[in-house]
Amino acid sequence: MSLASAFAEGSIAVAVLAADRDEAIRASGELLVASGRTTIEYTEQMLAAVEEFGPYIVIAPQIALAHARPSEAVLETGLSLAVLAEGVTFGSPNDPVRLVFGLAAKDHDGHISVLSALAERLSDQDFVNSLLNASTSAQIGALLSVGSAE
Amino acid sequence: MGIGTSVLLKMNAEKVLRTMGIEATVEACDVATARRSAESANIVLTTPELVESLKGLSAEIISIEHFFDLHEITTKLSKALL
Repeated sequence: MSLASAFAEGSIAVAVLAADRDEAIRASGELLVASGRTTIEYTEQMLAAVEEFGPYIVIAPQIALAHARPSEAVLETGLSLAVLAEGVTFGSPNDPVRLVFGLAAKDHDGHISVLSALAERLSDQDFVNSLLNASTSAQIGALLSVGSAE
Repeated sequence: MGIGTSVLLKMNAEKVLRTMGIEATVEACDVATARRSAESANIVLTTPELVESLKGLSAEIISIEHFFDLHEITTKLSKALL
């Protein structure tokens, strides 16, 4: 699966309003639901993981990767991205968070190549800045397809 | 078995270890699995939030804040390995 195909129609939103951590995670979960990747139960599972273990999903400055274990609630492997209008405090050294990726994995290995491609792109701060500055979801979609022509 | 954050950390840890010329087996796992089975590991890489729940393991625990910062991973791994 390529990075571009991991983001299905309706999986990206910009200028998302979220007052706190849970709302931010919920936003990425709703995009997974809207794009047909998961049922709403998966969003609850993502929230429960953070409730249990803390904000370990904030993996880099401003970036969170919300996810839960593969489960019945995952219909298809895929990603979502909610770009928050304003930074939200998760309680992590990498606060405030503005990019909330949602990850749904159907099994333990089908998404590894996608994650690897995503990690490659996110290690480039210029790329992260362009995501933060994009004003439409179409712009983000275009950014994500660049350089992932597999 | 890990699927998200731990997989990302594993990828970059492997990248750093390759650059350092160190042969290692890196596994991605969730906290529960790490608590059960990381007894055989030399080093456990994790996030600051999870350090507390991994206390008690015999492995050295290293917390990484910025998963894409290869410099941070290199510095911390070097300190533990060299």
